[in-house]
Amino acid sequence: MTAYLFKRVLFGLATLVLASMVVFAMLQVVPGDPARLMLGMNATEDQVQVLREQMGLNQPLVLQYLDWAGGLLRLDFGRSYTYSVEVSELVGERLAVSLPLALISLGLSTLVAIPLGLYAASRRGKTADAVSMGAAQIGMAMPNFWFALLLIYVFAVWLRLVPAGGFPGWSAGVWPALKALILPAVALALPQAAILARVTRSAMVEVLGQDYIRTARAKGMTARSVLWRHALRNVLIPVLTILGMQFAFLLAGTIIVENVFYLPGLGRLVFQAISQRDLVVVQSVVMLLVAAVILVNLLVDLSYALVDPRLRGNR
Amino acid sequence: MSFASLPATPARPTGLRRLLASRIFVAGAVLTGIVLLMAAVSLVWTPYDITRLVVADRIQSPSSAHWLGTDHLGRDILSMIMLGARTSIAVALVAVGIGVGIGVPLGAYAAARGGLIDEALMRFNDLVFAFPSLVSAIMITAIFGPGAVNAIIAIGIFNIPVFARVARAGALSIWPREFILAARAAGKSDIRITAEHILPNIAGLLLVQASIQFALGILAEAGLSYVGLGAQPPMPSWGRMLYDAQTVMLVAPWLAVFPGTAIMATVLGLNMMGDGIADALDPKARGRR
Repeated sequence: MTAYLFKRVLFGLATLVLASMVVFAMLQVVPGDPARLMLGMNATEDQVQVLREQMGLNQPLVLQYLDWAGGLLRLDFGRSYTYSVEVSELVGERLAVSLPLALISLGLSTLVAIPLGLYAASRRGKTADAVSMGAAQIGMAMPNFWFALLLIYVFAVWLRLVPAGGFPGWSAGVWPALKALILPAVALALPQAAILARVTRSAMVEVLGQDYIRTARAKGMTARSVLWRHALRNVLIPVLTILGMQFAFLLAGTIIVENVFYLPGLGRLVFQAISQRDLVVVQSVVMLLVAAVILVNLLVDLSYALVDPRLRGNR
Repeated sequence: MSFASLPATPARPTGLRRLLASRIFVAGAVLTGIVLLMAAVSLVWTPYDITRLVVADRIQSPSSAHWLGTDHLGRDILSMIMLGARTSIAVALVAVGIGVGIGVPLGAYAAARGGLIDEALMRFNDLVFAFPSLVSAIMITAIFGPGAVNAIIAIGIFNIPVFARVARAGALSIWPREFILAARAAGKSDIRITAEHILPNIAGLLLVQASIQFALGILAEAGLSYVGLGAQPPMPSWGRMLYDAQTVMLVAPWLAVFPGTAIMATVLGLNMMGDGIADALDPKARGRR
């Protein structure tokens, strides 16, 4: 168990370091001088040089990288060129929208998909199975931003139940804020739920066909306790894997769906930063998302060990 | 069935016949076929010329003149969807090509050699998978500029580890088989064995993955062009059409319906074909997916 944990953590860290190098290197190939960009067209060459010196842009790349990476460790992402505030401050504000959004939709999709998948597996080959898996096929095929548009039309324009977009801020109260997040969360949850339901169903069908399930039934356990004591635990492994992978998709999905609803989250921030060529912000957000993905995958790997006792052994 | 009615040599049902017996595959193929046909026809003919803007005809609901209506610039929606199909398919197909062309050799090589090279490839895969693909596609298009070519590259890069992983896993399951041992005893090199025995045996797996990645590519292209980082106007794309539709959704909701339906139909068709192929490859697993 310790060796397994150690290896996983080590791989996670190595991936993180490599990823930071990739992100850093990518931003180096961007044409244009950030110092000149900050000062504008009218700045003299001397002014640009002074600022370059201040920003450390004249140092060797290795030092610039170490400086940047060292800052990341202290959660110091640098200053935004265009907003002239600390990037960490900007990101913190935006996370207050994106993180709840991602978590709500993760919760929604899990709550719908796992019971649906288990139900479909229990009715395998029957109409209920075909209907729910057909719905899952359609859910997987719908682009989430299109689903978002349809939701806006039905629930905001037509029924006027929720706002069509924008975010009042958490200071306006929890309920108005949640109301602004519910449609985006549903839109994000749909494709996730569809995939999760399919995976849950196929994992359950697979497990129910195993010999140990037959044995458990043969020794007189009820179908219900077989399900809870033997089947579910084995279904959890593929389900956890998919949940971990989906987190990355969810973060990416947030970026587009936030744009549909004009939510001031990380996604909007990235787009504004891109259009203003504020690359420090782009770099920081990408790095943050990558770190989140690595962390979640690490947690998934660790949770395998909790679910699957075989992993606690010598591996 | 009596034994006499069995063919003398047990003929395995060919892959194609098994596929055509799969209802889900046929349904998917029909859907995908319609979209491909639209894209192909658009090469030579569209109902209207979409480069000519007829402002007098703007935002019309579906009619006999414009089957799917017109947009805010008076362009015919059916023509735009046909041309958009071309953009979507071209972007997704080339992106799959990048993934197969680079990923499969990498994966097959890692499986054949094992050891350090294999380990390095797997770590490289971990690295690429750590980047949420759409986020990175956004970063790539942000750095190198928006446009269809950069969208293809951005989507294609993330197909490489996917195909490398599938090819490696597939190849690893074939290598210990006896016919490989026989081929080796006959003096064939690793490369020849890979080309003659491994690849044909994992082609089905790769085909399933290709249909999935093709579908994901269509979705990614739509997403990128929706946020303005994919194909640039005047090149029509379904994602861009949805973006334009959003601004006039109050007066013309149908403008948001048709491009979305086109995306959904294409992705659905490809996914169903993938399911059908997967079932045909592994009949025992039928009904599990």
